[in-house]
Amino acid sequence: MASNNVSEVAALITEIICNLNGSTLQAQLKRAAQKEVEKPTVTSATLKSDIISSLKTSGWEKILRNEIYKQINCIPKCFDSSIPFECQKEPLMYMRKAQANWEKRILKSMNSMCTELSIPLARKRPADEQRDLLHKWNEMGTDEPDLSHFRPVYAPKDFLEVISSVRNPNYRSLYGHESEEYPEVCSEHWGLIQVPLEVPKLTELQAKFSEFCSSLPQGGIDDSVDAPTESFQNERNRIARRVLDEKRGVLAQHFCRRGCPSGNRAEMWQLALGVTVDHLAILKYDQLKGYVLQHDLLVDSLIYKDVKLTSVNDDYYFVFEDYLYQVLLVFSRDTTVLDHFVHSSASPPKSYIRGKLGLEEFSVIYPPNGVIPFHGFSMYATPLCYLYSEPIRLYYMFREMYTRYFHRLHSISSHPQGIISLCLLFESTLQSTHPRLFRHLQEIGCQPLKIAFKWLVRAFSGYLATEQLLLLWDRIIGYGSLLILPLLAVAIFLFRQSNLLLITSASGVEGSLADITTLHVVPLLQLILFPT
Amino acid sequence: CTMSKNLRIGRSYQKKLAGDHRIIRFRCALNNTIGDVLKQRPGWVESKEGEDWDFYWCDIGWLRENFDHIYMEEHVRICHFRNHFELTRKNLMVKNLKRLKKQLERESKSESAKCDFFPMTYELPSEYHIFVEEFKKNPGTVWIMKPIAKSQGKGIFLFRRLKDIIDWKKEGYRANNEERKEETKDVETYIVQRYLGNPYLIGGKKFDLRIYVLVTSYVPLKAWLYRDGFARFSNARFTLDSIDDSYVHLTNVAVQKTAPDYDPEKGCKWSLQQLRHYLTAKHGYETVANVYQQMNEIFIKSLQSVQKIIINDKHCFELYGYDILLDSNLKLWLLEVNASPSLTASNQEDYDLKVGLLEDTLNIIDMEGSLTGNEKRVGNFDLMWNDGPVYAEDGSTDALGGPSYATNTYLGCHNDRKRQLNQLFRSLQNKKTAAG
Repeated sequence: MASNNVSEVAALITEIICNLNGSTLQAQLKRAAQKEVEKPTVTSATLKSDIISSLKTSGWEKILRNEIYKQINCIPKCFDSSIPFECQKEPLMYMRKAQANWEKRILKSMNSMCTELSIPLARKRPADEQRDLLHKWNEMGTDEPDLSHFRPVYAPKDFLEVISSVRNPNYRSLYGHESEEYPEVCSEHWGLIQVPLEVPKLTELQAKFSEFCSSLPQGGIDDSVDAPTESFQNERNRIARRVLDEKRGVLAQHFCRRGCPSGNRAEMWQLALGVTVDHLAILKYDQLKGYVLQHDLLVDSLIYKDVKLTSVNDDYYFVFEDYLYQVLLVFSRDTTVLDHFVHSSASPPKSYIRGKLGLEEFSVIYPPNGVIPFHGFSMYATPLCYLYSEPIRLYYMFREMYTRYFHRLHSISSHPQGIISLCLLFESTLQSTHPRLFRHLQEIGCQPLKIAFKWLVRAFSGYLATEQLLLLWDRIIGYGSLLILPLLAVAIFLFRQSNLLLITSASGVEGSLADITTLHVVPLLQLILFPT
Repeated sequence: CTMSKNLRIGRSYQKKLAGDHRIIRFRCALNNTIGDVLKQRPGWVESKEGEDWDFYWCDIGWLRENFDHIYMEEHVRICHFRNHFELTRKNLMVKNLKRLKKQLERESKSESAKCDFFPMTYELPSEYHIFVEEFKKNPGTVWIMKPIAKSQGKGIFLFRRLKDIIDWKKEGYRANNEERKEETKDVETYIVQRYLGNPYLIGGKKFDLRIYVLVTSYVPLKAWLYRDGFARFSNARFTLDSIDDSYVHLTNVAVQKTAPDYDPEKGCKWSLQQLRHYLTAKHGYETVANVYQQMNEIFIKSLQSVQKIIINDKHCFELYGYDILLDSNLKLWLLEVNASPSLTASNQEDYDLKVGLLEDTLNIIDMEGSLTGNEKRVGNFDLMWNDGPVYAEDGSTDALGGPSYATNTYLGCHNDRKRQLNQLFRSLQNKKTAAG
């Protein structure tokens, strides 16, 4: 076991060094070191220690540490090169198959929309159109293209159908083969998710989320805007300032666990996720913007449509419409997003040059970032508009949040943070904490997951009040985990239990849980994790 | 002699019976939210044309024609002061503010600095020469021209070169000369103002704030601040690029209504609460508290600037709509004050806001005689000035409702209006029964 750990760490170090090799950071460090060598005070005897200490005092050491910390967070746990690539992406074959089928379906749906509307997947914009677009880059929302023929490629509802039909073919229940006579008995689980994955137990969750313990003051309870507790708030502000001055990603991430003071959140998240916006990042953004200007993609229309259907319709978020285009259109062109497919079960969709269908050498990834937006996709970006008013910073924060966390919410996998595991955690926790409620909802024909699924897929974006959502995402970043989502979903059911137990129809349940904007997430999470 | 010419208003007012409310006869010149609120108010009945009344939500036209010819009984109330325009007409507002600033300068520099919330402004044509001097001192500045008598964005334009305004002058005179032949009209008065070129943008969009202040008396000054209000977002994105050659008309709500993509259901508004949350998320509590503190200065200083000029009358009250702009340095600017803020609702939420606002206004005017007169909060109104600043006491229920301000103002704070009203009227009821 110990030797295994050692080899894992060794592999991790190799991987990180490999990643750093040839990076901008390496070049920067080298330049800083060279500058140091040129100083007259440096002697060859103390060369090494001098350089190290000067890199420390000039802040480069912290930058290196943050980068390594970021890499540790992003590199998947398994590095065994003897394991085939596809198994590293997803060890279970039936999951791989299900995901591949799902991808095929999405692609087919998109292609058939192309044929139906007879529009190409991509077309070069004529020069005057490019000029026009550049001119109104900051106000793309004033454009009202006719999108009535476009429909979202899929909605969370369709996706739920797919994941609830995933089965493990090797799995045989105690009652023998899947019998049509006793379909209910045959299924191990009473919920919608029927695959046997291990989900953490409450005690494990309590250990993981120990900072939620009610004896610790929390951002989101003890500092609410309307009744701030002066001392706690001041203390948090003071610590936040220190963490930010210290510029250490690991501290920032840990700090997020108990909620960020609103004034510091934007900076804190950026530090915790290691997102830096330097001149290279700005150049990169401008380059991507150029790609948007040059080519019109079908996914652009899908993005437009989604923003119009979601954010623009929202009483609150409508303000951010223009920013969303400046982020999401650029995102679709960003091929560095493809890197996340290495540790995701999903694979980027492929399209073929006209007339060369099926010929591998004529295949291109489409859209360039490999992500086909679905209904509600833009809501991953919308809450961030609340924090970042510069489109470029907003863009990089969104990209980081997506490639770290949100991509897991719409692909089929056995990953512990994947949507299937989250759904299963939701169902099993609700079942074990309130079996009567679970049973009651089933009896009236309302699978709880049917309601909670939309919350989970969007990480609650658009369902909670914004301040509450940000408090929730504080914890996603702080713990680097999406497990908090199903826990909150369970807590919402428990919180409304007395009402739910009286309801006798599925539509009634839906109605009573339709508006959750008044809820406060932190007390709810305490309720489920540390019930008193 | 003059008395006999005057029409007496509010005669044969019912004597108040113990425990019972008397009937209040009202008139209403507007057919929107205020009409609904008055009609639904228990014990109030609408008086028909020509009938006597106790309460009139009149328009300013009626006021101008009739105010000097009526005699109002003690209890009668109307919704404007005789010379409300001292604050609500753009040129007069600036004149009054400039005067107050000068006065305060003699006393202390820091106090007069508190009046620096209106942009450099001149009246045209009367102050044309001073303006030209100032214009030359500030090359490159963008200026905005507004006709003083028009509202809702009519006749407004921006310019950067003096030539533009000379052309306008010629055109203006010519147009007026033509009109003059028919109806001998004066040259239209404009104000020219330094254009605020660095507004605070949210999502790249410009917005202004609408905040409601109720004045129930000028001597002594007694003013209430409403907790709720809204930020109005401009549909057009903010840019100064397009003003180079021609006059560009500004967009504001009245203009937007005809824009093809204007969606009245959405209204393009944020509540002050939403704005407060947003600003707090961006800048932290202290900075935002400071912004809201600036706001208090604007209300108080602007009211003080006309305190000695407005003809105080115990029959009158005024519900002002303040239009305020936040710039990118988080400084606030007073754009204008409206004596007849739009009471037409753009959507359900807006309707609820306005109904609450008007109900609370009527609660404070208190034709029914329910209040003691010592209240510091009625519904969503907080008393902010009562012949001096009103302080939020520690330990009062109010202080728990918002951040700990020294002053009794809670703009954009948690609002629990219905609960507060219930508590208030229940406690008043209890006092009465105890006394009875």
